[in-house]
Amino acid sequence: MIARTVEDIAVAEKRHTGGLRRFTSDTRAVFKREIMLVLRDPFSLIFSLLQPLVFLALFAPLLAGTVGGGGIDGASTRQWFLPGVVVMICVFGTGMTGSNLQYEMQTGSYERILASPLGRASILTGRALKEFAPLVVQALLITLLAAPFGVTLHLAHVLVGILVLGVFGIGLGALSYALAIATRGKEWMFWAVQQSLTFPLLLLSGMMLPLETGPTWMQTLARFNPLTYIVSAERELFTGTFASPTVLWGLVAAVATCAGGLATGIRTIRRSAR
Amino acid sequence: MIHTEGLSKTFTRKKQLVHAVKAVDLDIAPGELVAFLGPNGAGKSTTLRMLTSLLRPSAGTAKVVGADVRTEPALVRRRIGYIGQGNGAGHNYRVIDELHVQGSFYGLSPAVSRERADALLPALQLDGLEKRPVMSLSGGQRRRLDVAMGLMNHPALLFLDEPSTGMDPQGRANLWEHITTMREDLGMTLVLTTHYLEEADDMAERVIVIDHGTVIADDSPEQLKLDHADDVVTLSFHSSDEAELAEQALRTDGRHADSLDVRTPETLVITTDHGARKLPSILYLLDAAGAPPAAATIREATLDDVFLHLTGRSLRESTEQDTPASGSPTAANATNGVDAA
Repeated sequence: MIARTVEDIAVAEKRHTGGLRRFTSDTRAVFKREIMLVLRDPFSLIFSLLQPLVFLALFAPLLAGTVGGGGIDGASTRQWFLPGVVVMICVFGTGMTGSNLQYEMQTGSYERILASPLGRASILTGRALKEFAPLVVQALLITLLAAPFGVTLHLAHVLVGILVLGVFGIGLGALSYALAIATRGKEWMFWAVQQSLTFPLLLLSGMMLPLETGPTWMQTLARFNPLTYIVSAERELFTGTFASPTVLWGLVAAVATCAGGLATGIRTIRRSAR
Repeated sequence: MIHTEGLSKTFTRKKQLVHAVKAVDLDIAPGELVAFLGPNGAGKSTTLRMLTSLLRPSAGTAKVVGADVRTEPALVRRRIGYIGQGNGAGHNYRVIDELHVQGSFYGLSPAVSRERADALLPALQLDGLEKRPVMSLSGGQRRRLDVAMGLMNHPALLFLDEPSTGMDPQGRANLWEHITTMREDLGMTLVLTTHYLEEADDMAERVIVIDHGTVIADDSPEQLKLDHADDVVTLSFHSSDEAELAEQALRTDGRHADSLDVRTPETLVITTDHGARKLPSILYLLDAAGAPPAAATIREATLDDVFLHLTGRSLRESTEQDTPASGSPTAANATNGVDAA
């Protein structure tokens, strides 16, 4: 046997590409692994369409009855409600990024990924994108399904809306990932925190009901909820408006959540190695 | 290949500062097969996790395959292979998919990943299992898959953390046969942790004994036994009279007088190095004295004797006491989780 020395390795090693190129290739590697299971079992994707469809079919008519026949903010009730449903599936999907991680932490598969040279931001982003990718399909399907029921379709705007949600979803996924690491070994705590935060944030975003009908304190709290700006931006986009401060604020909220989420996630991974 | 100076790790557990690893100095040369031996909680896994950059050292320095674990952790990870205590492959994935994915984690092209996976599968007796989900594999197959994944990047240095814990002796022997073959083929340096004495004794060329976070001995298994332990020669006689006669002969001869012990009226015990080599002369002496033993047995020195000599505790007993869950990978991993936190 001829043992390889440090010098041999340094010579044989290709120049390690850094920066954005490395981030992209690492993220792609993580995403491909994660999405593999979804592609192998696409029925789960179709089955998960049920919940948003139920909301759209059963909640929207109730909402119409509550607010009257004139619609909300000048839009038909379904037109107003549809973006909220799309945001909801994004929040539920990417917010659960950490749950798979908890299982992998128990088996040792997470440690193997940490022991690989993958960048930490890529691990977070790749996993969040895996949760987000099926949502793109779901969001498009739901929007198309809603079209015959009085929803005007602005496809380019919808695609931009989904892109904004993607940015937001990466941040939320990274936060979920950080939560899973922080609650390592206590699965119940992960769910307790996740559920305790998700529902108030959804309700305080005006996703299901117009915030204008709520008390002042709720409206004040909603102003500090980044999801409020996302929901409002999505509504603008789904009604076919690009040039609007609401869309810009939604984008700012999405980018801020993404940056904050990734920073928190990376810090949590690094802290777990101390 | 590995150079450390004053490598230390402390962490807080229940508001108490725990010194898991204390100022470890190491030099491991290319091609060596080194085993860290010690009871659970001795600090061997913590040392390994610092060397793989999974844990950040509290103090000291470590260079692994030319890269600093503190400042170049990604480079360390790129150059090494690591097989942890748990099962590294995702349970819901197919065997072949996890191998290809592992290749992509190291920046290998799909073609190279396929080529390497195709070579590793038969080498580790995993051929035919390519499309099976990991969860359907036996424990031994999963462990061999872990080894295959650890070798996908053709590392110059492979770390194995308790590689055979929970495996039966046959599975363990089989796994080692594969690992040593791959070591020859790839020219790798191997560093492993184990609490199996026989594994360290049979497989390692160098054993680093760790206790309470400190390296207490570092040499080849043979030399450690020679320096710190003795063989035990037991002589059994038909009667106590014969035993007394034999004892008298041995004491008169003088060579074994200091290490002679009367275990029972019919049994004498001699503690000595190179027991097998000395037994013929002992038997010749006793025969000449008219007290040939009815039976003579030799128990060769073990690494447990070395540990007992160095620490006053039996490694075997320490390990059994510290392993409530029979050393299952999951339980061991949970302990690591506490370390890492």
